Amino acid sequence: MRGKKTVVIDFDVGLRNLDMVMGCERRVVFDFINVIQGDAKIKQALIVDRRLENLSILPTSQTRDKDALTREGVEKVINDLRNEFDYILCDSPAGIERGAHLAMYFADEAVVVTNPEVSSVRDSDRVLGLLSSKTRRAEKGEGPVKPHLLVTRYDPARVAKGEMMKVEDILEILSIPLLGIVPESPTVLSASNVGTPVVLNQGSNAGTAYADAVSRLMGEQTEMRVLGPERRSLLQRFLWRTA
Amino acid sequence: MKLFDYFVRPRPPSSAQTAKDRLQILLAHERQDRSQPEYLPLLQKDILEVIRKYIEVASDKVEVRLQRGERMSTLEIGIELPPPRGLKLNSVSAALAR
Repeated sequence: MRGKKTVVIDFDVGLRNLDMVMGCERRVVFDFINVIQGDAKIKQALIVDRRLENLSILPTSQTRDKDALTREGVEKVINDLRNEFDYILCDSPAGIERGAHLAMYFADEAVVVTNPEVSSVRDSDRVLGLLSSKTRRAEKGEGPVKPHLLVTRYDPARVAKGEMMKVEDILEILSIPLLGIVPESPTVLSASNVGTPVVLNQGSNAGTAYADAVSRLMGEQTEMRVLGPERRSLLQRFLWRTA
Repeated sequence: MKLFDYFVRPRPPSSAQTAKDRLQILLAHERQDRSQPEYLPLLQKDILEVIRKYIEVASDKVEVRLQRGERMSTLEIGIELPPPRGLKLNSVSAALAR
């Protein structure tokens, strides 16, 4: 959306879903594992997004297991992509197993996505520990992978009632810079239902929050705003249909 | 009077505050464990075996902790001994400077 050539790689081998969320599930022919194993060229596996010409998607395999990922294979693919793209996003599976490890291994920066639940914050802390020790940058002494925190499913109303941890609380615990706050929003589910990224939905608070986060990731100074639940005008409420 | 009590009585902490407190305590422990080198559990097991040759010690009574400092690091080994035959022994603690 900002004119940067970007590719997203799905690292969740065996549980492919990036294709579904991005709405290109019927266009997958070859995948990441095929490329690693030399069965397909990278150009054959990349799917160019129909909405944004600068965006490509590299789906993962749905049938193979995570052991099909090798560090050397991943490195080669990333190095090939480096020549062509400005940003390579490695979409990591949750957890700390092979897929997640290799998704973070070659990273320069990391966006840790957490929601205001104890389990999520604890896991994020663990992942931050791995980012500072089990990555190529850490092993080669090239300085740490730069972490960013993205808080999702945030509900300011519940925070006000003391039912949900504040962003400040999460920041105090994890102590990494905040990239953005994505409010809990029904448009997120609607977006994945139809396979359109929510960031393309300009009227959505969650979409706006994601767009803000992207600006900050690219180094722009954007005011940190906590967007509340979407307000609908009376007419909109009257005409409202579930998406 | 009941209404008055309601205002005076200390409110229970919010669940968000409880969440934060639990996380802070837990993560302090986890971070400390994480910063320990991987050989520490093995070292702890070996030390335990040596001691067990002479004294009966429960496996959870040996604690090995490594603290890295700027100029000096210490390896702290704490062994809690059982009180034999009514005799009360203090725990033995050894610190090795590195």
